[in-house]
Amino acid sequence: MSQEKLEFLQRSKEFWNPAKTQDWQDMGVDLVIDKREGYYLYDMDGQRLIDLHLNGGTYNLGHRNPELVEVLKSATERFDMGNHHFPALARTALAEALAACAPAPTMRYTAYGSGGGEAIDIALKTARHAMKKRKIVSIIKAYHGHTGLALKTGDERFSKLFLSEDTQDEFIQVPFNDLNAMEDALKKRDVAAVIMETIPATYGFPMPEEGYLPGVKKLCERYDALYIADEVQTGLMRTGEMWGCTRYGIEPDIMVTGKGIGGGLYPIGCTLISEHCAGWLHEDGFGHISTGGGAELGCVVSMKVLEMVQRPEVRATVGLISDFMRAGLERIMEEYPDFFIGIRQHGLVMGLEFNHEQGAKPVMKHLYENGVWAIFSTLDPRVLQFKPGLLLSQPDCEDVLRRVEIGIGLARDEVMGRGSRRGAM
Amino acid sequence: MEPEIRSLVEISDSKPALRSHADIVLARARWAASIFQRFDRETTLHIVEAVARTAHQNAGKYAEWAVEETGFGVVEHKKLKNELTAMPLVDHYRDEDFVNPVIDEARKMVRIPRPAGVILALTPSTNPIATVNFKVLMALMTRNAVVISPHPAARACCVDAVNAMAEAAVEAGAPDGCIQVIEQPSIPLIEEFMASDKTSVILATGGTAMVRSAYSSSNPAIGVGPGNAPVYVDPSAEMQDAAQRIVDSKSFDNSILCTNESVLITLPEADKKLRQALKQAGAYLCDEEEVERLRRYLFHDRGFNVAAVGRDAVWIAQECGIRVPAKTKILVAPVTQLGVEERMTREKLCPVLAYHVAKNQTQALSQARAVLRLTGAGHSAAIHAGDSQIVADYARSVEAYRVVVNAPCSQGAAGFQTHLAPTFTIGTGYFGRSSIGENIGPHHLIHWTRVAYNSDSAVPFGDYQAADFGFDGPLPHAPSDGVPGAGRSARPSRPLTSAANTGSGGGAGVGMDSRTREELRRLIAEEVRNVIKGGH
Ligand SMILES: Cc1ncc(COP(=O)(O)O)c(C=O)c1O
Repeated sequence: MSQEKLEFLQRSKEFWNPAKTQDWQDMGVDLVIDKREGYYLYDMDGQRLIDLHLNGGTYNLGHRNPELVEVLKSATERFDMGNHHFPALARTALAEALAACAPAPTMRYTAYGSGGGEAIDIALKTARHAMKKRKIVSIIKAYHGHTGLALKTGDERFSKLFLSEDTQDEFIQVPFNDLNAMEDALKKRDVAAVIMETIPATYGFPMPEEGYLPGVKKLCERYDALYIADEVQTGLMRTGEMWGCTRYGIEPDIMVTGKGIGGGLYPIGCTLISEHCAGWLHEDGFGHISTGGGAELGCVVSMKVLEMVQRPEVRATVGLISDFMRAGLERIMEEYPDFFIGIRQHGLVMGLEFNHEQGAKPVMKHLYENGVWAIFSTLDPRVLQFKPGLLLSQPDCEDVLRRVEIGIGLARDEVMGRGSRRGAM
Repeated sequence: MEPEIRSLVEISDSKPALRSHADIVLARARWAASIFQRFDRETTLHIVEAVARTAHQNAGKYAEWAVEETGFGVVEHKKLKNELTAMPLVDHYRDEDFVNPVIDEARKMVRIPRPAGVILALTPSTNPIATVNFKVLMALMTRNAVVISPHPAARACCVDAVNAMAEAAVEAGAPDGCIQVIEQPSIPLIEEFMASDKTSVILATGGTAMVRSAYSSSNPAIGVGPGNAPVYVDPSAEMQDAAQRIVDSKSFDNSILCTNESVLITLPEADKKLRQALKQAGAYLCDEEEVERLRRYLFHDRGFNVAAVGRDAVWIAQECGIRVPAKTKILVAPVTQLGVEERMTREKLCPVLAYHVAKNQTQALSQARAVLRLTGAGHSAAIHAGDSQIVADYARSVEAYRVVVNAPCSQGAAGFQTHLAPTFTIGTGYFGRSSIGENIGPHHLIHWTRVAYNSDSAVPFGDYQAADFGFDGPLPHAPSDGVPGAGRSARPSRPLTSAANTGSGGGAGVGMDSRTREELRRLIAEEVRNVIKGGH
């Protein structure tokens, strides 16, 4: 490590976040991202990494995508954040564009937050207002962000620390892929909404079983609860379809998109609301106020993102990358069958499963040392999140697979010990 | 349904947007190419045939559309060209193998064909669909992905034609994205496509500016220059035949092929007979004043009058106020000088033929050289003669890479009434500032990896007869867990070649029985014969 980087890390501990800075050191990832371009990240000491983390799809179209940079630059000639109290050109235009590609024909309005978490809070508040009920059901190990209400839907690891966990029994959590548990939670008809990540990301992308999500939707209808789809990580073409929920045949009542919608350049979170639960927008439009929510510069970028991800070439490329990665990963899995034991996949939403409690951490470290940046799943560290960009090129995909094969081999030796049984070549 | 997204900030003409647009299309093509390379010959041929069949069936429709859209040419001739560049083209190359490795025991070498990757193919407005057919099929034969950049003047018919071919290709099992078209071509956008490092080679047919631009793009390019074919009629020729062929060639699609004869040169002893024969064949010989009218009409200060491109002789005569018989096929314009002073000796993509009488053979040859010096170097020349020595003298003297003898030059130089490779891309070689001097064919779209053993006879050569060269076929689709019907699929570790092929036996024409195929062949053969008949 360069002297410069050492000194920087020291300052990072001093002024930013001592524990987090140290944790990464302890995990063997001394990354300080400096330059970034396309799907490449460059550490401040110069090492190049292919980014398969993408901050959960924030960089779907690559870092500093030139077309998005151009639109943002041009937008600054005319717009700024805008005044959040007034009807605004860009906010309305984006809402219109979102309505045009929404997963349900009833979806019309978009309310804005300055990020995913805030948009989730808007969704939950909207549901409570519409249903006149307080209870929210979410999935154990779900992750919807760290704002007030979103935090309560998630794992206590994050809420208890701040004495912010639910104490009123308003937030119920049930296991994923368990319709009986879901029904039990909804039966009393006192639930305002079920909030679902279409594929729970931070939990390592366990895939919904066939019929599970439609089953949940049916239960919601039966027991008067709304269905909120959190499409923050699964939306924007990552599954080969605009929204992941569409692939499972779901038409949600409310949907949240974030991360990638801002093109990695201007943070924004969007809550799409169907007419039948948009009561507060008629009753008291000042009900939710956010100065930064739906900043107009962000809206302009988002419109370009929507246009780009819907190009037929992008959709086709997503399919090709998925197939190619799958074929390559299966080959690698055959090589290390005692360690690399599963691939969870839907399009470019992928989780690699390892045969060890914390298996994804050494894999992450060895991938990092071999030029690939992919992150473990915080709430299931057996699983590595593997999230190629929508436009990752064929040569880069091939290179990723080459590096992953090496990295997994090294991690396996570290975890299982050299010399023990490996798969047939 | 693609939403119409209203943009408040319009950047689609900015360089970053154009570049990104090109990159996204080309990246998809690259993916397709990388998968196509895994296909075996049988599957490849199956795709080629399916696409050729579509092109063939659509030949008439797009001939009409192209004439309507561009105003150039003759529907019936365009239809023929569109057909010739479909099934007959495939038949021409059917026995050539661009897919399997070649094992050369004697020289202890194995040659493995390696597709170029992504071909960026520029197509002209003059022969829009024929060129599209030709370039797409060449690309498919060699397992390349192709992106067609149509001339804006023929955009709509080309976009439609390419999309139809792409659909047929995918239906026949081709990798998705192996045929694409630039739907809204503009010069700055095409320049981005040409400059992209995702383009493997540019196949440029079109205006000189575009071709030069292809060559300066920093990517490998096969660009072809303009033509301006001299045709020499020697007194040793059969005058009747020569005249008939020249008239047929000049009137074929109203001279829109760049291989059409531009300047006829003959000698005093043949002059009278030839004029007579030309008249009989349907030519109108202009007088001096009429030539002046033609000259003024066809050539403006800034160049050739595009309004005349691909128009018929009667129409042009009318525009110039020249009274000609209604059945006139070509206009012949006698000129006394050749070269910069005489505009009529430049390229004319219309049925107007300059006519010059040289003093003797030596002067005729130097005049023919002068025509190509003016424009059209490296392209085509024609001669009608019975004497082989004069053919030899002519051929070594003109700076053209194809010299068509006793045949119509329009068709002959493009390989349709000669045994030259059938093409819509005429290599103009070094004379014409191009990289290739032959008729461009599929073989130009692959390079070969040569596996070369130690020549010492003590070192044995390997056995490659049964070696696996990775014909793994298309990639299996990745499962989408939990989506009904898209779950985990059982996959063989070595995927078989395209399912469409299994059980079809020959692989040549799934979905078409052998009788239909025979019938189609017969029809094509008849059409080809009809073209050739034009050559008496
Ligand atoms: C599925 C999901 N929802 C919501 C969020 C919260 O988004 P933000 O971090 O922008 O508040 C995240 C962030 O990781 C997420 O993954």
